[in-house]
Amino acid sequence: MTVARREKAIERALLVSALSAVSMLALIAAFILIEGAPVMLRHGISSFLAGTRWAPTKGSFGILPMIVASVVVTLGAMVIAVPLGLSCAVFLAEIAPRRAANFLRPAIQLLAGIPSVVYGFVGILFLVPLIRENLGGPGLSVLAAVVILGVMVLPTLIGIAEDAIEAVPRTYKEGALALGCTHAQAIRRVILPAARGGIIAAVILAMGRAVGETMAVIMVIGNAAIIPCSVLDPARTLTSNIALEMGYAAGDHQKALFATGVVLFAFIMVLNSIATMRIVRGRR
Amino acid sequence: MTIPIDVETKHRIVVVLLWLAALVALAVLAFIIAVVLWNGLPAVTLSFLLESPRDMGRAGGIFPMVVSTVAVTLLAVIVAAPLGVGTAIYLTEYTSETALTRVIRFGAECLAGVPSIIFGLFGFIFFVIQLGMGWSVLSGGLTLAVMILPTVMRTAEEAIRAVPESFREASFSTGASRWQTVTQVVLPSALPGIVTGVILGVGRGVGETAAVIFTAGSSLHIPTSVFSPARTMAVHFYILAREGISMRHAYGTAAVLVILILAINTAANWLMLRFQAKQG
Repeated sequence: MTVARREKAIERALLVSALSAVSMLALIAAFILIEGAPVMLRHGISSFLAGTRWAPTKGSFGILPMIVASVVVTLGAMVIAVPLGLSCAVFLAEIAPRRAANFLRPAIQLLAGIPSVVYGFVGILFLVPLIRENLGGPGLSVLAAVVILGVMVLPTLIGIAEDAIEAVPRTYKEGALALGCTHAQAIRRVILPAARGGIIAAVILAMGRAVGETMAVIMVIGNAAIIPCSVLDPARTLTSNIALEMGYAAGDHQKALFATGVVLFAFIMVLNSIATMRIVRGRR
Repeated sequence: MTIPIDVETKHRIVVVLLWLAALVALAVLAFIIAVVLWNGLPAVTLSFLLESPRDMGRAGGIFPMVVSTVAVTLLAVIVAAPLGVGTAIYLTEYTSETALTRVIRFGAECLAGVPSIIFGLFGFIFFVIQLGMGWSVLSGGLTLAVMILPTVMRTAEEAIRAVPESFREASFSTGASRWQTVTQVVLPSALPGIVTGVILGVGRGVGETAAVIFTAGSSLHIPTSVFSPARTMAVHFYILAREGISMRHAYGTAAVLVILILAINTAANWLMLRFQAKQG
């Protein structure tokens, strides 16, 4: 009797801990929204989202430049990360000898472990001067952020894409090879199309990482709150807008940073939901 | 006869390109580590590690930041590990796939994708302001705990799932209850996998800046309790580098951080390999 009751109590305690992640997510969403939404509504959602002037101390809260910068930087990072990351994933899953794969896999995970401030630092010291001297402009630019982010999202992209490629049944590949395909043809015509769902999920999750990255971007993008006209112009992303001004903002200014967080959160949730649904559908 | 040769050549080109992609990724990693260690290691001496900073970090060492980093990360792990492992036990041992488990998993996936700056905003408004903890080790640790929860949970779940079903059946057949089976049979065999997840969580915590800077603060003093404000190594490095206070000390701090991350990742990998070898 007591054992049964104890078992029941333990089960209940475990259920409570199991609900911790979901409740934390709900709590985060609720708090960001409660802090951010009122100032957004008061100034009008359209003038907040489509306004081009960010002068928080003068009461202008237009975050269009940050939205544009976040989108441009994220898509730009994908131009670098998708070809490089997919190639690495195919290499790991199909080409690499066992020992090379066993060396490369942890190395790529290490790339994920390096703190984002270190990426930003290396970016300032090497990438920014390289851009300034060879391509012109201030160096602190959209391009610098694109390159840094392109590298930073590689582990996410490679890990998930490799899983997707390895989940393709062996028989598909064997069938293709039996029909006389070369290995390269089998990869391109059979394996990659079969793994498409997971690969798209990998790219979307990588986009989520890029949109959300903060410290590395702050250090190399220049942080000017204007819509960039070229990749050599400085810009300011949603994340860097929050992190730059949180330290001293007060009143409506601080609330506007939370409102920026609401927009960022919405971006991330949409991307994550699409990716999660794709992965779940792929598993079935 | 020309077509098969053409296809063969194409195949070779593809293979070469794929090798090249892998080498590029490796080269970037090697470059970052080499640059940081080459420039940073000369600054890292015993006194650098054991002294307090002077003149905002231009001189002296990083001892308070080492203490802060350990304190904040330790607190995060103490909170996140039981929750994450509890979740994993519940999902694997106590329930089958239901709508509820789908919600739990979806929540964890989403939490894993939330950017660290959002954790920073949340931790600031919830722990620092609402719960009145102020900028402190406690606020920073709890914020980090929420952040690393999905990592701990996911790895623990995988490790527990890898325990063969026959272990559980054998345990049940001796008359053991579910909880006894979990604590005596399942958890011991899944332990290396679980520890790997916790170590990976530690790695994320050590390197984190955005979530900690607005919750633990940036005090230069050694924290004396969980309610003291603290400046972790990553935050210290960020401030040194961004405000151009001292390149030498920024590099030194970065080198310590990178060495720490290298050690943490190596430990996690070694454990994981050993675990997989045991699972056979």
